[in-house]
Amino acid sequence: MASVQISDVRKSFGGFEVLHGVTVPIEDGAFVVLVGPSGCGKSTLLRMLAGLENITSGTISIGNRVVNNVQPKERDIAMVFQNYALYPHMTVAQNMGFSLKLRNANQQDIAARVKKAAEILALSPLLERFPRQLSGGQRQRVAMGRAIVRDPQVFLFDEPLSNLDAKLRVAMRTEIKELHQRLKTTTVYVTHDQIEAMTMADKIVVMHDGIVEQMGSPLELYDKPDNQFVAGFIGSPAMNFLNGHLKSNGQIYVETENGARLPVATAPTASDGLPVVYGIRPEHLELASDGIEAEVVVVEPTGSETQIVSRIGTQDIIAVFRERHDVKPGERIHLRPRASAAHLFDKDTGHRL
Amino acid sequence: MSTVQTSMPVRAAAAGEPSLWSRLRTSRNWAALWFMLPAAAFLILFLAYPLGLGIWMSFTDERIGREGVFIGLENYQWLWDDAIFWLSVFNTILYTLVASIIKFAIGLYLALLLNRHMPFKAMIRSIVLIPFIVPTVLSAIAFWWIYDAQFSIISWSLIKLGLIEHNINFLGDSNWARGSVIFANVWRGVPFVAITLLAGLQTVSPSLYEAATLDGATNWQRFRYITYPLLTPIIAVVMTFSVLFTFTDFQLIWALTRGGPVNATHLMATLSYQRGIISGRLGEGAAIATAMIPFLLAAIAISWFGMQRRKWQQGSNND
Repeated sequence: MASVQISDVRKSFGGFEVLHGVTVPIEDGAFVVLVGPSGCGKSTLLRMLAGLENITSGTISIGNRVVNNVQPKERDIAMVFQNYALYPHMTVAQNMGFSLKLRNANQQDIAARVKKAAEILALSPLLERFPRQLSGGQRQRVAMGRAIVRDPQVFLFDEPLSNLDAKLRVAMRTEIKELHQRLKTTTVYVTHDQIEAMTMADKIVVMHDGIVEQMGSPLELYDKPDNQFVAGFIGSPAMNFLNGHLKSNGQIYVETENGARLPVATAPTASDGLPVVYGIRPEHLELASDGIEAEVVVVEPTGSETQIVSRIGTQDIIAVFRERHDVKPGERIHLRPRASAAHLFDKDTGHRL
Repeated sequence: MSTVQTSMPVRAAAAGEPSLWSRLRTSRNWAALWFMLPAAAFLILFLAYPLGLGIWMSFTDERIGREGVFIGLENYQWLWDDAIFWLSVFNTILYTLVASIIKFAIGLYLALLLNRHMPFKAMIRSIVLIPFIVPTVLSAIAFWWIYDAQFSIISWSLIKLGLIEHNINFLGDSNWARGSVIFANVWRGVPFVAITLLAGLQTVSPSLYEAATLDGATNWQRFRYITYPLLTPIIAVVMTFSVLFTFTDFQLIWALTRGGPVNATHLMATLSYQRGIISGRLGEGAAIATAMIPFLLAAIAISWFGMQRRKWQQGSNND
């Protein structure tokens, strides 16, 4: 096990910079998730950590050793690929033991370690099968087994669940988290799925356009997003954003273009008339007669809760209710945001106020 | 919801025993038979029939202009004691073996090279194909000049470089002639091997190499444990074809040496042509040609059983 330090790392392909100085400290034994939309540079960062891409500038250290110029195999890391990258011509056991074989470990040692890893992952009955003869979830576990066998300092996961169906994904999520709790190996996990990030991470690093937007524990990011991007990216359904102006002389509220007044608990001083983006999560809206009038557009019941998409003026707003309200499209409802749960962002910079 | 059935109207119409016609009309095998028929007819007419005729002819004493009579194995008995025939067998095996091994080595090397990222990749790939697209006889004539006893550019260059003093008699000396025709064959055959293996290489997922790199494999180990095993099915196919083409080669030899000097480059195919067509002894020529069949079958069998062993390609595919 080891800590990982990513300091001011930049990456250019040709003249095009895709990572603009990324700094991420990763504590020993932590489960860190790099999350962001496609093209944000998260996979590139992971591949640089693995040694599959060169580092243009900055440093990456694993366990206090700068690894910029260290060969991948010397870095003592193991990686699980999105498509698993299992060797199709080797059995499960051979796949898992391959790295040990390359290290000239003796046969008994390899067999013992493969057996142990197979037991952890419930792969023991499949050891003599070929990857073709396995289901998606089994292949996924073999890929993890290959990583475990090496007992590396750091596990790297590159979107490992995106090829699985929804149900299996949830199951594997739990399995990976459980595995981490058991092995306590430092893990860096890349995904574009914020639910995966929220459910699995000790620390989430939200990336966007080659920079780190925010990092912190899942609930920190959820409760106090630093900026509008993080606020919109974390949470499902996404946070509602309403444009308006802050009124803060006497009573504080945000007034939208069509005159609706959105309640705010506190406001920064001397901010009267400031153009802001008012953020409110769908679950922080409630039906109340003194709320803002909105026209129901779509009602989406999921069973455990009901999502109601409605329109205030020209802006759509999503509300989630655990209770079952009997509303129909076209009806007018009144939504009241919970003032203490409202987020205010600067309209120009997107920063949290 | 009664109109949803689309796949069962035939069975529904004939409630009892469906008529023969309706069964045939919906039978996929029957349709497949009809689709195969034109190709099968073509193959039977132009491949199987001549092959059968050739084998039959090898049991007769047919000559050009004279109908033959069945003489049993006499042609083969005659060939058994024929030193030139055995020389041609030796030549063919030598030619096939040496040329195929060299073609495989160079082809694989080129394929690995072309599979890397390098400038002008597309152009280099098309240049590699040139020997393959030039008509055989045309390239044979070019080689004929290159190997010419007096005007050979190779001899000229080596003399100018001061490495040798006299022209090399490329096609006049037995061993030089063998080497020369093998070289020409390799030159022609490499592109086929290289391009086919390149196609095979490109089906190997780059993430396998990355995984192997992280597993600690060196360049050589990546080739040995990843590339080579994944390429074996393609290698088996391409080398089978390469061996078959080389074993039955005729044009190149005939254009360059006509089997000379002193039968040193006679392959079974050229000897068969010489005996059968030039000398007019069709039965004997056919016997030589027929004698190639066991060798070719053996080559196919080797690659077939080589492919059978790869269990990892079989089994259920859950993709």
